[in-house]
Amino acid sequence: MGAAEKKVNAMDSVKINVTVNGRSHEREVEPRRLLSDFIREDLRLTGTHLGCEHGVCGSCTILMNGQSTRSCLTFAVMADGAEISTIEGLGSIDDMHPLQAAFWEKHGLQCGFCTPGMLMTALELLRENPSANREDIREALSGNLCRCTGYQTIVDAVELAAETMRGA
Amino acid sequence: MAVRGISYSLVGPIAELCERKKTNWDGGAVKPAPFDYVRAENVEEALSALAANAEAQILAGGQSLIAMMNLRLAKPGCLIDINRLSDLDYIRAEGDELAIGALTRHTAAATSPVVAEFCPLMTAAYDFIAHRAVRNRGTVGGNLCHADPSSENPAVAIASGATFVLNSIDGERRVAAEDFFLGLYETAAKQNELLTEIRIPKAPAGQGWSFQETSTRKGDFALVGIAATLDCSNDACKDARVVAIGVDERAVRLNSAEAPITGAAIDDTSLTAAAEAARDSVDPPSDFHADSDFRRDLVFSLTKRALSEAHGRCGKEG
Repeated sequence: MGAAEKKVNAMDSVKINVTVNGRSHEREVEPRRLLSDFIREDLRLTGTHLGCEHGVCGSCTILMNGQSTRSCLTFAVMADGAEISTIEGLGSIDDMHPLQAAFWEKHGLQCGFCTPGMLMTALELLRENPSANREDIREALSGNLCRCTGYQTIVDAVELAAETMRGA
Repeated sequence: MAVRGISYSLVGPIAELCERKKTNWDGGAVKPAPFDYVRAENVEEALSALAANAEAQILAGGQSLIAMMNLRLAKPGCLIDINRLSDLDYIRAEGDELAIGALTRHTAAATSPVVAEFCPLMTAAYDFIAHRAVRNRGTVGGNLCHADPSSENPAVAIASGATFVLNSIDGERRVAAEDFFLGLYETAAKQNELLTEIRIPKAPAGQGWSFQETSTRKGDFALVGIAATLDCSNDACKDARVVAIGVDERAVRLNSAEAPITGAAIDDTSLTAAAEAARDSVDPPSDFHADSDFRRDLVFSLTKRALSEAHGRCGKEG
């Protein structure tokens, strides 16, 4: 009985409250709104990139409650009440995160399209395993496609960031 | 005007895409088709919503369903979101059985010491299951109900003799894993039923196990995968189970591969005979990634490797 009353019709919207990079946002969304589109279009945070939009490339990876998540495989309504971190919250030009500094230092990007997803994925890895070795890094990044670098410099960058973060 | 090299049939969709791009900044762009939405707060709500909506599907982690919806291969009329059902998110040892709540995320199952103790085969299979971000959201129950023929856990469930607990407003029933997977994305669960729990009997003391898989990229779907368990006394095999994925419309138990080693001494001759029987019993499909013959070769190699590794683990624990 309760559930029937709660049904939201397809074209109606649902009110959600999502905290993104520490800032709370209350918005109305259609049930079919993808979290990726919500972040990019409703919140205008275009640092999160959309590649394949069906969960293969990893470009749209964000952290949801601290865990790496493909925002293209999540509906915004599923993120109601969640804490989200996107690339915009990682660092700034004047105050780069060690991962960002390391990607710059080691040329961990060429076109930069996959980079936000790489950084968010690497962030989760280094939080859980500060002493990750190259094999751990390769394994962690295996779900993120890069079509430019051949990955070597990306692995170099994450390795350097791990070193920096351990020292800091 | 048709663009050279692009078929007329694509002109419509491309125009539609351009149209969508134009509306991007108005917030109008969407990939999935519209659906009614119910957010269930508990199992009862989910079951009554399932009963009340004939077109409803369950939305668990969404890692397969939303991908298919984005490609519009799936257009469910109504989704019942069970992500808030935290009482279906557990891993428990209950006597001689392992009970896994259907909403348990893969990351939790993959790293659980209880799973490793009760069903080391599942822990081994997690070496091959998807990438971290997908494991963070994807659920054990959702994955089983999706019933992808290349998916690893259906093979684990069949090899380890799991039972699935299904609930509906009419009550509860239990289905053996071997009877659950009926075909391509097809299971024994009825439209109004929700998988709530997976029960796996504790692996017998001294049982050997192995999961072997080949895929194009680590974490991608299996071209072929083999789950094997082996119970031995001295060096003779008492019981063997071999289950293959990627070779049929569903995970299949290869009884013909089990026959040559059951009751026999385990050596290179009997392992080879089992692997040959496995290869000869399958007729896998060809696709872009691998043709049928290559998959048959993989069945041979992976079966032999899996049984051999399982044999090496026999009697090591318990």
